[in-house]
Amino acid sequence: MRPELHTLLLILVCAGVTIALRALPFLALGRGGQPPALVRRLGERLPPAVMAILVVYCLRSTSFAALSGWVPALAAGAATVALHVWRRNTLLSIAGGTLLYMLLIRCL
Amino acid sequence: MKQELRYALRRTLPVLCGYVFLGVAFGVLLSQAGYGWPWALLISGIVYAGSMQFALVGLITGGAGVLTTALMTLAVNGRHLFYGVTFLERFRAMGKACPYMVFSLTDETYSLLCSEQTPPGLNPDRTLLLISALDQLYWVAGSVLGGILGASLPFDATGIDFAMTALFLVIFAEQWLAARRHRPALIGLAAGLVCLLVLGQDRFIIPAMLVAAALLIPGGQPAGEEAHHAS
Repeated sequence: MRPELHTLLLILVCAGVTIALRALPFLALGRGGQPPALVRRLGERLPPAVMAILVVYCLRSTSFAALSGWVPALAAGAATVALHVWRRNTLLSIAGGTLLYMLLIRCL
Repeated sequence: MKQELRYALRRTLPVLCGYVFLGVAFGVLLSQAGYGWPWALLISGIVYAGSMQFALVGLITGGAGVLTTALMTLAVNGRHLFYGVTFLERFRAMGKACPYMVFSLTDETYSLLCSEQTPPGLNPDRTLLLISALDQLYWVAGSVLGGILGASLPFDATGIDFAMTALFLVIFAEQWLAARRHRPALIGLAAGLVCLLVLGQDRFIIPAMLVAAALLIPGGQPAGEEAHHAS
């Protein structure tokens, strides 16, 4: 097989599996009519849990071996949350946290 | 349509920062592996999954097989299995747009849609679709740009992808402030941290989601009573 064709095949496999994962709940659950109560409950309660797990995921490579391994991410994360609790302005919180992060990784 | 677009542009601004930066990084990586921008366009167009696309570059250059690629995709993207559950009825109600909404449900789009409260006067379906489509547009544009630029980036934007972490944090904080009960958030946090410590950073996320889901199912509150997020 030509290398480009093999690459194309891998891309298609990757796309196919990803689409299947995203579509499975829609194909498997509650076709026609309401999904079962258990699924509805899970759908409502998942977002805060998923958001917490995604935050952990983003910070997963935090290392406490050196200051530069944890201070930028944790300080910028704390600043983001503090800004948000204070002003409740999404863009301000995200811009403030990100700028602080970019500054800290250059200084530490 | 114009109003919805203006609103969706503002809503997706954080994702614009994160996606363009990460997209450019992906395009650069891919072009260094010998695949120019048309490949970036193809992959970002049909795979559309951030971290998996980075892993895919490694698979392609390493000459991996089909089975390896399929298993790797399952492992990295398995978390997406959980996202649709939140939007089963919402997306189905969108009719013809439903398949695209399902296809484009990335981490970031999921977060935006979870916290979406379309202002009165705007068409909610159109707004949701625009948010999803704009997010993918940013990602595709970033990766094509990266493919064209190669390694010759005009400025050092290292760290701007923290916008993604900040976005998740803000939505987490927003949900926390709006919720009466913090059990789901705390369960997610605990499941994430414990699984990270026990399993390590490469394979904790799916177990964490499974543990969180299993702990969230019991508890007899009727559906709808804790609708603190508008989805």
